[in-house]
Amino acid sequence: MSLPERSGPPDAGPAPVGELGDSTAESPRSPVRTTRRRPSWALPAIAVGVVVVAVLLAYLRSGSTDVVSQAVVTGILVGGVYGLVAMGLTLIFGVLDIVNFAHGAFLTVALYITVVMVNRFGVYPMLALVVAVPVMFLLGAAIQRFVLAGAIGKPLENQLLITLGLALLIDNLLLLFFGPNPQSVKLPGDTAVPIFGAVTTVSRLLAFGVALVLAALLYVLLRRTRLGTAIRAVAANDSGAQLVGIDTRRIYMTTFAIGTACAGAAGVLVAPLVTIEPTTGELFNIIAFVVVVLGGMGNVVGALVGGVLIGLTEQLGALLLPGQSPLLAIFLVFVLVLLFRPQGLFGRTS
Amino acid sequence: MSAATQERSTEEAVLPRPAWGRHLIVLAVLTVLLIPLPLILPPATQAVAVRVLIFAIMAVGWNIMSGFGGMFSFGHAAYFGLGAYTSVWLLVNHGVSPWIGMVAGMVVAALFGVAVGFLALRYRLKGAYFALSTFAFAEMLRLLAINSDFVNRAVGYNVPLRREFSLAFMQFAPGAPEYFWMALGLTVVAIAVSILFLRSKLGRFTVAVRDDEEAAAAVGVPVMRTKILTIALSAAITSVAGAFYTQYYFFIDPEGAFGPSVSIQAILPAVIGGVGTIWGPAIGALVLGPLNDITATLLRNPPAALSFLQGRAGLDVIVYALLLILIVLLLPQGVYGAIRERVRRR
Repeated sequence: MSLPERSGPPDAGPAPVGELGDSTAESPRSPVRTTRRRPSWALPAIAVGVVVVAVLLAYLRSGSTDVVSQAVVTGILVGGVYGLVAMGLTLIFGVLDIVNFAHGAFLTVALYITVVMVNRFGVYPMLALVVAVPVMFLLGAAIQRFVLAGAIGKPLENQLLITLGLALLIDNLLLLFFGPNPQSVKLPGDTAVPIFGAVTTVSRLLAFGVALVLAALLYVLLRRTRLGTAIRAVAANDSGAQLVGIDTRRIYMTTFAIGTACAGAAGVLVAPLVTIEPTTGELFNIIAFVVVVLGGMGNVVGALVGGVLIGLTEQLGALLLPGQSPLLAIFLVFVLVLLFRPQGLFGRTS
Repeated sequence: MSAATQERSTEEAVLPRPAWGRHLIVLAVLTVLLIPLPLILPPATQAVAVRVLIFAIMAVGWNIMSGFGGMFSFGHAAYFGLGAYTSVWLLVNHGVSPWIGMVAGMVVAALFGVAVGFLALRYRLKGAYFALSTFAFAEMLRLLAINSDFVNRAVGYNVPLRREFSLAFMQFAPGAPEYFWMALGLTVVAIAVSILFLRSKLGRFTVAVRDDEEAAAAVGVPVMRTKILTIALSAAITSVAGAFYTQYYFFIDPEGAFGPSVSIQAILPAVIGGVGTIWGPAIGALVLGPLNDITATLLRNPPAALSFLQGRAGLDVIVYALLLILIVLLLPQGVYGAIRERVRRR
């Protein structure tokens, strides 16, 4: 995704909603390659079809509707949170062109903020959002300003390596201060809830609901505010944005901070659901990459849909490939998407 | 006939006369100087030296694909792990000498590299997408290894102890100088291969494709074949490190073979020493290898200011990480690259 490619043709079909800029979901393939025009609904339809087939196969394989509906409900609920994590990542990629390997580490920081607030001060877990989101926002802003800003315009590998270094640094600082012992956070009144023939927990429903609300807020921020318009302008064409008087450096910093805050919010939401260790975030980082590529790099709504799809992949994959790690199914989807649809489900080939 | 001579003359006109011979002589001198090292060093330090050499082999392999070839790999653990697993599987299940296993591992890793590279390049993955695909393939191997009875699942393999020490089975008394000499030999061969590679037609094609793919294709460089062969060579070299690692530490498991941290260990020395340079990976390994022990010693008897850190883990990686960030920001050409630049400017 080099800079000249970023000013995509505006007439290549109706823009999917929620996409950051004109061309952020553009393909890394050579623009010379021509493909058949498909109607814009074809790929989402195919995706839905694949999900339906996967559900049917899972049913045939397990022979029980309960198991399958359980998988579907859990998949969708977890997927909402994956979507929130991936939204931050996709925003950062769309605007700053950085492959951020530290995103999962930011999530882990928020997990430990939640641990300290809940287990030390007895705060209700979801209220940790009030602290974690601003703290992560400031941390993200500081890291962008003092570490990553020096690497803007450098080769992709440099930025990738810096974020990798940040991830190692954060993970191991947490290891140094909190030790390797797994910790957990309990949500008071976390009971089982029956839903659509499956059973889930209050914490999962709450995580899903709050993730959706935050995703909607982010969407409104990007679409309806001056700041959001400026962010989308920088994503579409940074030198153009600079020419019309947008302070691109400030936008870079703000965007990275918002993306980091998304990871932070997701960290608080998943805290009651996971075992908290210094490396917990790595898994979310990997999944978020898959979601970002699936939804189209830079496409915020795509990230949410992709998150749900990956949540389903994880759960149904466990049914379809028994004895294998659910991550294997996720990586299979990842490789297939990378090879055949690198611009994501909702992106256009240019 | 005349076309051939013409080609030759333009080639010589374009390329400055490179110092291959000098690099090989430096390598030979270094080797001779390093051979008596294990007889001088205490055993603990010798273990560090062997680790430095293993790092160096991994990074020399990574550097061929990602430094000279410009294809950023974030999944060299795949090749390291295939080298380790192929050799140890042959040894444990069929009693095959690890030397033969090492060669078999090179072949397996190279074939895997060819297959994966072909897929990624066929579908024109570039930059971040290419890096992520290499990462995904390595992770898939890790997950498959964890869940396959064929390779002992998450348990991995212990190298069976032999009653007598033998070079044929790469087994010596713990701390024997032979380990260092074997590692040194493999490292020297790896560096020599990378020098000869750069000198070869394939190497020049590779650099040309990295610098400008379209221009290289326009003058008749077979781009796809060049890239695939480069990946295969890179994979084979890194797999040697995996095979030797297993014999040296007597143990391998999916995390230690295919885990993301292994991929990082292949990248770091090259980045710190200098990506796309002949000596960068070795110099980077020399910086990184001892870090672990230095921080461990520091934490065992910490100075007063750091006493709260006593017995805590993680400091070594924190130092790696800081070094990585600082070097990428301040010395993007790495230690060797920066020194070379300074010398050239004079």
